Amino acid sequence: MNYYESKDLGRFAEVGKFKPELMDKFFDYYNAAVGTEGALTKREKALIALAIAHFKPCPYCIDAYTTACLENGANPDQMTEAIHVAAAMAAGINLVHGVQMLNVMEKHGA
Amino acid sequence: MEKAVLHLVNNNRNNFENKLIEYKLNLQPLSIDTLQVNITLKCNQACLHCHVDSSPQRTEQMSKKTIDKCLEILQNNPQIKNLDLTGGAPELNPHFDYFVREAKKLNKHILVRHNLTVTIDGDPTTKESKMYLPKFYAENSVEVISSLPYYQEYFTDKQRGKGVFRKSIESMKMLNSVGYGNKNSGLILDLVYNPVGAFLPASQESLEKDYKAELMKNYGLKFNNLYTITNMPIHRFREQLERHGTYDEYMEKLITSFNPSSALGVMCRSLLSVSYDGRIFDCDFNQMLNMQVFDGKPITVFDFDYEKLINRNIIFSSHCFGCTAGAGSSCGGAISE
Repeated sequence: MNYYESKDLGRFAEVGKFKPELMDKFFDYYNAAVGTEGALTKREKALIALAIAHFKPCPYCIDAYTTACLENGANPDQMTEAIHVAAAMAAGINLVHGVQMLNVMEKHGA
Repeated sequence: MEKAVLHLVNNNRNNFENKLIEYKLNLQPLSIDTLQVNITLKCNQACLHCHVDSSPQRTEQMSKKTIDKCLEILQNNPQIKNLDLTGGAPELNPHFDYFVREAKKLNKHILVRHNLTVTIDGDPTTKESKMYLPKFYAENSVEVISSLPYYQEYFTDKQRGKGVFRKSIESMKMLNSVGYGNKNSGLILDLVYNPVGAFLPASQESLEKDYKAELMKNYGLKFNNLYTITNMPIHRFREQLERHGTYDEYMEKLITSFNPSSALGVMCRSLLSVSYDGRIFDCDFNQMLNMQVFDGKPITVFDFDYEKLINRNIIFSSHCFGCTAGAGSSCGGAISE
């Protein structure tokens, strides 16, 4: 069995089978934050979402936001730069913890 | 075999017609402003998304006799203001220049679906040069509508073949040099975007801004309007979807994106489509699916009857969801924003 079936994305709303009021609040918030033009365009929001989809490797989100980027007119260069931002941030987040390593080494007098 | 196809068409037709009933929409013809004539299936390209299945190997051509009949229809019906020539690459019909010149004499607005590269490639079989086209278009005040699926090379060549982007840029430069795209010249060059795959077009307005900025910045090119068109899930594009296992997903996307405002403006309400052999259809897509007007009692340019045609029932099928999804799609781009 594959845990990630692309068709399962269409069943997302079923998570509201129990306590539907909580999912309703989530979808209202999600659609307002991600799915509308605001200070950021829908294209910019889709590119941010694509970057996060790669940062938190989520096959559903990569599927949805690759399509959303294309349907909002993003080009392959912009999409690729977005995932490089995610990758660079992930590397930076790992490496900046090297300061903690240095702190511990200093504590040990090393 | 034909019975099986007809059965499928009827089932699909119900699918779309049920949607019209659900939204209480009655899509009768409003006018016949435009005669869209497909004068050849021959093309110098063989694009992945082509709903006409055009290629250099196709030999179907409209005869001069049929072209003369179309001209007679244009002359006798002043309500029809536009002649929209398509193909294939319409310039590969040997009577293309004649058709344009004669329609110009009738004071019709002439639009040509020009693929840009035919100017550079010429006729793929006769090797006849087509470098005269930009000047010819300018002399006859033709509105040029050209496919350029993207403002970058990668997507354009992926859909239309290697080298197409570079040739398209070269051809646009020639059109700009005779005045096309210059607001004061009165010569109109429109570009057509269609997605390079199984997704819907972005907003026409936002893409037009990108195209204008990028083509000017990188190549110094100008054009007037960008039209976004949805890929129709028939023929070559349908085969591509089926190869990738995404046909059902794409159809579901089109159906769930049904927009009643777009439905009200579908192009079949204001045009007629004529095939190379003179048969009349509601649109170019119905033509390619062989779904003739009057549902089995076909009419051709040789028995053209304006009153009968304006009062016809348009024939719908599942591919019509391609024209009504999201902002809609027509030969003039998005229908609603």
